[in-house]
Amino acid sequence: MERTEPLRGVRGHAADSDPLALDRLIHERIRLGIVSALAVNDTLSFNDLKTLLRTTDGNLSVHARKLEDAGYVACTKSFEGRVPRTEYRITATGRRVLEKYLAHMEALIRATREPRER
Amino acid sequence: MSRRTASAEPAAVPSLQGRAIDDLRFIRETMENAAAFTAVSGWGMVAVGAVAFAAAGVAATQPTVRGQLVAWFAAAAASITISSYASWRKAKRANAPLFHGAGRKFLLSFLPPMTVGAILTYVLLESGNFALVPPMWLMLYGTAIMTGGAFSVRVVPLMGLLFIAAGVVSLMLPAWTTHWLLGAAFGALHVIFGLIIARRHGG
Repeated sequence: MERTEPLRGVRGHAADSDPLALDRLIHERIRLGIVSALAVNDTLSFNDLKTLLRTTDGNLSVHARKLEDAGYVACTKSFEGRVPRTEYRITATGRRVLEKYLAHMEALIRATREPRER
Repeated sequence: MSRRTASAEPAAVPSLQGRAIDDLRFIRETMENAAAFTAVSGWGMVAVGAVAFAAAGVAATQPTVRGQLVAWFAAAAASITISSYASWRKAKRANAPLFHGAGRKFLLSFLPPMTVGAILTYVLLESGNFALVPPMWLMLYGTAIMTGGAFSVRVVPLMGLLFIAAGVVSLMLPAWTTHWLLGAAFGALHVIFGLIIARRHGG
């Protein structure tokens, strides 16, 4: 099972050097996909995300909900005629978290590569 | 490989690093696909549609075939400028690289049918087959949209299909309907689908 709470020790220097202090909330594939996709689009609908990440309704809604609860993405529900429509957008927090995650991954690659390979 | 065999390396490190590389690749691919999704600008298409309506009006009043073609060529040039600018703006606003993943993929599949169209236009005009030019434009533009939009939101290839259908219809109609059909197809399809994309897919 995935842990859902943001990890302790994610802030400050520790996050940049300690590989275990990952933000597990977006470490999970579907959630990482949602955040990445929203980072390059103003909004994406539930169906857009489902197609893009090739996942199921149930799976996507569970993961999107977790991101929403953490405040990484915001969601607006509306009706288009009678069809419900769910739109997602990334929040400032979500963008920061993704950037941090990217920096973290890069640091991890650099840290393990540099001492051995010139 | 040397990473894997290095004996001093703690066992967990290569897999962690592999996972990190894998993660970065996944993020990048997702971003590229997500941008490809809506690289086409809806408002740009609405503007292109308006240009097409205007061109149909102008072309219909031109007495010579040459004048009519000039009207359509001018419209095509204006449309290319408008849509390039609109896509660039949309990509910039979404922080996506236009000529890297998405936009590049779109152009690479959009340009070949358009190039073929330009060559055939020249050949057909030289041989005096004026009537065949507009249906061919419609069909090849439709082909370009379908192939270019294959990785985009589903409405884009659907729009391409409708352009091809319009081309087939215009092959069967008398020549005097040509300008109105070109105007209707390039105008109406762009405006309708542009509005759909703008509303549903952020601009």
